[in-house]
Amino acid sequence: MAKALVLIEHKDSKAKKASLEVVHALHSQGVEVEAIVFGATLDKDTLATDCGAQGAKKLHVVSDASLGFYQAENYSATVENTFKAGSFGILAAAATALGKDLLPSLSVKLEGGLGVDCTGLTINGDKVSAKRPMLAGKYFATVNFKSGPAVISFRPNVMGLGDGSAGKAEIANVAMTPGAGKAKTTGIEGGAQGNSRPDLAEAERIVSGGRSLKSAENFKILEELADTLGAAVGASRAAVDAGYAPHSMQVGQTGKTVNPILYVACGISGAIQHMAGMKTSKFIVAINTDEEAPIFQKADYGAIGDLFEVVPALNKEIKALLE
Amino acid sequence: MKIAVVVKQTPDTETKANLGAAGLETNGVKFILNPYDEFAVEEAINVRDKVKGEATVISLGPDRVIDAMRTALAMGCDNAIHVKVSEEDLAKCDSYVVAKGLAEAIKQKGPFDLVFAGKQAIDDDALAVPQMLAAFLDWPRATVVTKLEVNAEAKTAKANRAIEAGAEEVIELQLPAIIAANKGLNTPRYASLPGIMKAKKKPVDVLELSALGTGPQDSKVEMGGFELPPEKQAGKIFKGSAEELAKQIASALRNEAKVL
Repeated sequence: MAKALVLIEHKDSKAKKASLEVVHALHSQGVEVEAIVFGATLDKDTLATDCGAQGAKKLHVVSDASLGFYQAENYSATVENTFKAGSFGILAAAATALGKDLLPSLSVKLEGGLGVDCTGLTINGDKVSAKRPMLAGKYFATVNFKSGPAVISFRPNVMGLGDGSAGKAEIANVAMTPGAGKAKTTGIEGGAQGNSRPDLAEAERIVSGGRSLKSAENFKILEELADTLGAAVGASRAAVDAGYAPHSMQVGQTGKTVNPILYVACGISGAIQHMAGMKTSKFIVAINTDEEAPIFQKADYGAIGDLFEVVPALNKEIKALLE
Repeated sequence: MKIAVVVKQTPDTETKANLGAAGLETNGVKFILNPYDEFAVEEAINVRDKVKGEATVISLGPDRVIDAMRTALAMGCDNAIHVKVSEEDLAKCDSYVVAKGLAEAIKQKGPFDLVFAGKQAIDDDALAVPQMLAAFLDWPRATVVTKLEVNAEAKTAKANRAIEAGAEEVIELQLPAIIAANKGLNTPRYASLPGIMKAKKKPVDVLELSALGTGPQDSKVEMGGFELPPEKQAGKIFKGSAEELAKQIASALRNEAKVL
């Protein structure tokens, strides 16, 4: 059976849950897993402990001053070298902004097949196949890898974590292989620094609003509920087109596909394009004044009422419960 | 400066999934220019106008993809390249083959300084072909781009790439480069009536995929097991005052769903 190399993303040396899920997904199928992590300054022991607990045997640590930001060229060249040197058959990562950018070009460099945003994995001897959503989740397909390595990104919050008792990863320091030097990430603008809310694509809870919010300012009531829940805030296309929320918050076919445990849809009618982006949520709560809104057909819990009254009341209620 | 924009024809976003042996049944499906590619076409035209260059639209697929290219021509592209493959063979081509074919077309018909694409096609959602093109061409790339500055003299570009939680990476690139457009990069124009009339007369160059040295036989993956997701059943509907609704939802989330 093929050995797997998993790319680990981290924030200040804390491995992302979505990356650890990938380690567990492969380890739990009996695949020997090694991991690779990049950064300017890294707490190797913490990362090795976290990766080892989910089943990684070895953690390749690539530390370089240039890696304070994601550098596609350097990541690509280094992963390619590590992969080729280690007789791996599977390269995997979480389907995050970074994973989705990096894996396709690497699949070409490795002459392998690509499966993006996968939600299932089957390994049968040397045969690898992965399930993935198509047409924004309107149907599913199985990607059967037939030639070269299997290069797979997994959708966050699907594969789950193990109980954390798998073992400990040995640390291997790897020198960065510099890329061609034709592109360089020089900084980060906006967003993350001032915002402690989780990213939509990886969030376990999401509070989302539609055009009924009537203004950008009114999203504040959703943000308050989101902060109580530790949730991300999303928006429907109608709300984005009306200028109430930026496109980075859009959930749906021309926005982000999300997969939280809890999705609270406030004043969202449930157009097919929106539903495509969120219907795999484990529990859907819909709050809407319109009893006929299609979202109620997919909601686990529907509340017929005015979001401007229900959302603050719900925030109060949940705050009380969580205290 | 020669600019190319790679586009895909996709089913309309309203499309319902009717599945057959080869995946989505394309009979009766309304096809459109992939929504993200509209941003790529608009950007290609804008840059072309600024640097007084030429903008070429390229698409791979059966004859139906000419419609998508006509939309790009009507918006303002100067000419088109059709990388032709039958509907049956296209179903067996994975992203690797599509990118390889397009990269070969770009090499043969170039040299291009900039190649635009949409960040993702809304049918297979793979977000793969732009990065794969970069790998085949050995060019730098920026994907999910929301802001772009091109310096034609210095042959460089500066791109903002949307990442998590509203943040953007700033990437400096040397040309030639691949730029994959996200919504927000610009506001795509509507094709004008004179534009549509002119588009009919703009030249479309045809290249057979097989003549570019690749085809279904080079696919690294095979797609199968097409299935519809299980339909979610409607759950409970609560009615009452805001406070009553809040109590019922919170109680259901804590006691039934156990997510609080």
